Amino acid sequence: MDNNFDDIVKKLENNELWDFHGGVFPAEQKTLSNQNLIAQLPLSKYLYVPVKQHIGVEGQVIVSEGQAVLKGEPLTQSSNPFAVPIHAPSSGKILSIGEHVSAHPSGLPELTIKIETDQQDRWLPLTPMVDYQKQSKMDVIGAICNAGISGMGGAGFPTHIKIGTTKQVEFLIINGVECEPYITSDDRLMREHAWQIRQGIDVLCHLLNPKCVVIAIEKNKPEAIEAMEVACKENSNYQVVDIPTKYPAGGEKQLIQVLTNREVPAKGLPIDVGVIMHNVGTCFAVSDAIFSGKPLVQRVVTVTGGAVETPGNFWAPIGTPVSHLFNEANYNSKAQKQPQAIMGGPMMGFSITDESVPVVKTTNCILLPDAKESQTRKEQACIRCGACADVCPANLLPQQLFWHAKGKELDKAQDYNLFDCIECGACAYVCPSDIPLVHYYRVAKSEIKLEQDEKVKADKARERFEKRAARLIAEQEARDEKHRLAAEARKQAMSDSGNTAKDKIAAALARAKAKKEATAKGMSNADESIAPHKANENSGTKASSNERVQAAIARAKAKKEAAQKALQQTESKTANLEPTEISDTDSADSKVMLQDADVADTLDNKDKPAIDKKAKVAAAIAKAKAKKLAQQREEKEAENSIGYPDNANSAVEKNTKETQSDDIQAENLALKKQRVAAAVAKAKAKKLAANSDQVIADDVTTKQDTLQSLDKDNKESQGLDQKKQRIAAAVAKAKAKKAAKDASQKTEDDKS
Amino acid sequence: MNFKLASSPHQHVRRNTGQVMRMVILALLPGVLLQTWFFGWGTLVQVMLAIITVVVTEAAILELRKKDFESAIKDYSAILTAVLLAISIPPFAPWWIVVLGSFFAIAIVKQLYGGLGFNVFNPAMAGYVMLLISFPVQMTQWLPPAGLAQYSHNFNDALYVIFTGFSVDGFSIAQLKTDYDGVTMATPLDTAKTAIAQNLTYSESIELPIFDSLVPGIGVASSWISLGYLLGGLYLIKQKVINWHIPVGMLTTTVVCAIIMSIADSDVYPSGIFHLLNGSIIIGAFFIATDPVSACTTNKGRLVFGAAIGFWVYVIRTWGGYPDAVAFAVLIMNMAVPLIDYYTRPRTYGHSPIKTNKRGINDE
Ligand code: SF4
Ligand code: SF4
Repeated sequence: MDNNFDDIVKKLENNELWDFHGGVFPAEQKTLSNQNLIAQLPLSKYLYVPVKQHIGVEGQVIVSEGQAVLKGEPLTQSSNPFAVPIHAPSSGKILSIGEHVSAHPSGLPELTIKIETDQQDRWLPLTPMVDYQKQSKMDVIGAICNAGISGMGGAGFPTHIKIGTTKQVEFLIINGVECEPYITSDDRLMREHAWQIRQGIDVLCHLLNPKCVVIAIEKNKPEAIEAMEVACKENSNYQVVDIPTKYPAGGEKQLIQVLTNREVPAKGLPIDVGVIMHNVGTCFAVSDAIFSGKPLVQRVVTVTGGAVETPGNFWAPIGTPVSHLFNEANYNSKAQKQPQAIMGGPMMGFSITDESVPVVKTTNCILLPDAKESQTRKEQACIRCGACADVCPANLLPQQLFWHAKGKELDKAQDYNLFDCIECGACAYVCPSDIPLVHYYRVAKSEIKLEQDEKVKADKARERFEKRAARLIAEQEARDEKHRLAAEARKQAMSDSGNTAKDKIAAALARAKAKKEATAKGMSNADESIAPHKANENSGTKASSNERVQAAIARAKAKKEAAQKALQQTESKTANLEPTEISDTDSADSKVMLQDADVADTLDNKDKPAIDKKAKVAAAIAKAKAKKLAQQREEKEAENSIGYPDNANSAVEKNTKETQSDDIQAENLALKKQRVAAAVAKAKAKKLAANSDQVIADDVTTKQDTLQSLDKDNKESQGLDQKKQRIAAAVAKAKAKKAAKDASQKTEDDKS
Repeated sequence: MNFKLASSPHQHVRRNTGQVMRMVILALLPGVLLQTWFFGWGTLVQVMLAIITVVVTEAAILELRKKDFESAIKDYSAILTAVLLAISIPPFAPWWIVVLGSFFAIAIVKQLYGGLGFNVFNPAMAGYVMLLISFPVQMTQWLPPAGLAQYSHNFNDALYVIFTGFSVDGFSIAQLKTDYDGVTMATPLDTAKTAIAQNLTYSESIELPIFDSLVPGIGVASSWISLGYLLGGLYLIKQKVINWHIPVGMLTTTVVCAIIMSIADSDVYPSGIFHLLNGSIIIGAFFIATDPVSACTTNKGRLVFGAAIGFWVYVIRTWGGYPDAVAFAVLIMNMAVPLIDYYTRPRTYGHSPIKTNKRGINDE
């Protein structure tokens, strides 16, 4: 910070101030409305309380239609830190919760709670926090938040966020400048409630610990200055400073510049230069919330302009429709050529579109100009006179902004710092060509925001699209590859029918080897029984494990071939089918896998070694059978699909029949090959044992136990006689049958 | 209720473009009246001719462009152009000179570029330069100021000369141009330039009768007329119709150049005050270079713009082929306006001082 704190304080004490660039001097017109006390507005029959009246997020509505509410009862709540609750401004009944024209330049409808007042104005039991100095800061801040207080000067920034700052606050500036012509609500508030404002400042000081408190008031409000001076006399740390009258001296950034010569950095906040600013109205509301426990349910509204007969200030409950204020101030529509009402001041206020627009927390003025005051002249060409640049408090070049905004050169407008425009209206005020400059800026700003939003959206969509395109290409490639393989397989199958026979022989050889191994294994000790697992780690260390590895490789090869074939099979089958079929077959595959897993599970769960062993053997045989069956079936199917390449449906139909006949065949086969199967079972058992060992390896806690049981198991298996094996073979037969049945069922499922 | 919708601000200063232009025209009055006093009714006739021409031209063109010509006329910008052009050309120049120049200024320089606010060049000066280049003879026929002329002339003479080339008494413009010594009249700047070219010293040249006025070295008529325009210019600054930057930048530069050069060789180079009050530099500084449309819009830029014009004025006056140089200097600098504007942008509130990168874009 280039401007030293002590220097600034010294200057302030001597009432030496800085200046901001530009500024204008519109006719003040304050005496119209600041002559009388703030009057209490009679309750209107209906109140329209918008759910969101501040910058941030709205809370959840916690009342329902038809519910009776008391004055001060919260209507919304939220845990979001940027939410500020709203409260019932008076007692009555909730008529509806729905859309209502908003107090916003657009006038777009927004969620509003409509209350029918019972004219009794009964308060909820209030809980003041007079001993706030003894309370924790968080509780005080919470109380301020729960009272629904947001900045009452203009933007409506949630107060509790501002006072919750953890940064060092050098200056707490209380803004009582009120630089807009016509408006006198803060003026009257300071004159009549200076003490309460001071109490509010006390609370803020307690929370923020500022080094210096400055209460800034424009010179054209001598009564307010005096009142505040009296109220702040006791506290030497509070300085009331009168500010030269110049619009927009009350703008946050401009006031900081005038008092401290510091500039809030672009896109920064006042706290970045050690300043926190609150409006006097906010201080009053804070004091109300802490010392009386009252939430923010009313505010001072100036009703003024040439078209009202008795201009003045009113305590208006939030949600009061402006038409009610029109009546109270005796609005004379004949003084206007066309009805016109402005919410806010003549420089920054907006035209309201409907007389049921409600008063909200930021509404400080309703201006009803007479025909003389509301002059609209036709927009003419910009003559580049530069008058606008001379008065711009942000030191922008409004004519360049206008040029680019009008030409829709939004990039260039941003180069000229469009977003630093505070929309004060000074430029348009002086423009001799009557160009509604601010309007052009607003449009350009919203267009840029829209563009940015759209860009974000478009980026996301593009990303999605690109991903999808990549996926589609990958899928297409995979499909092409599969088709190619399938075609090759078909070609091969046609040209060389002995190929599959070869495969079978290879598989048989592998099995034979495995059998041999199994026998060898039968002799081997318990340690070796888990050798395959070890062999993976220390391959080649033992001859016997080498053998096993070879056997395993051979098996794996056979399996892989079978799997490939199955895949080709599925592909060639599904090539002409609907895409959903693919997923069906996929799920069928996964079903097979699941079954395998089931078997493993059962194995795992069985505690008794003997039963375990039997089951394993049985399952292994069953699996082998099922596999073989599947393989055979697949081979047949491959032939089928070659036979009917264009008629996949009939192929599938035929498949089913084939599978049924397979069933019978499988039975025969099982009977015939009982012995072989038994041998195979042994080999499988070994493998399964290894597998289960692996499964166990995953489970650290049970590993030891199971290893022991496996040891036992293996020792027992050494003594296992032929009889048992035969029983196992019988069981295997049954299992194989069942497996085959399952398989056929699956095929049926697939088909359906 | 059907509410009227308007964008903020809802108040305006009660001064619009038309009023601004009218104030400028009003500020020209003292100078124009003095010019009429010294050079005869011809000046006023030319002004009337120019105004009629621009109004007709502008109306016709806007009608063709399907635009509302009433409000365009009411902004008085065309009329101001007409007045500025008319007082720049010799009062007794033939009528078609001013008509052609006015038409050119409005139709080509202003409307062809898109109308008010879009023209790059100052229309009055562009019109003037076009005339000067195309009709050098007619454009340099200045009559001797009152008191020096051999033949006096009245309003009728002015009309006759402008429309027929001869006065009521049958004198031609060439005859009217001679002074009571029978010497053909030239403007002070011309005179000095010619004298110096004839190897007279500057101090000798200002002994000539045309410089016999209140301030030695200043043309009689020029000095008074310049003071008249100066008065109007100061009024405009006071009324905040124009900023001081352009006039101050322009006049200071010319004078400083003149002083430096006359210190170097006072025999050949006229003094600063000579340059300041002779020729059209005062009217140029307050009324022509300040034409908002074709000038810079930032205050820093205006200073640069004014200073550059002042520099060119001095250079062209001293070494150029034409005696006076305001019109050329202004047109040269009109072309540089976008550039100057771009590089003299003020620092926006809350931004660090402007750093300009290759594209000249402000990075934060
Ligand atoms: S004040 Fe109006 S006419 Fe003048 S430069 Fe700015 S926008 Fe153009
Ligand atoms: S509205 Fe924007 S551009 Fe115009 S004066 Fe205010 S800050 Fe400058």
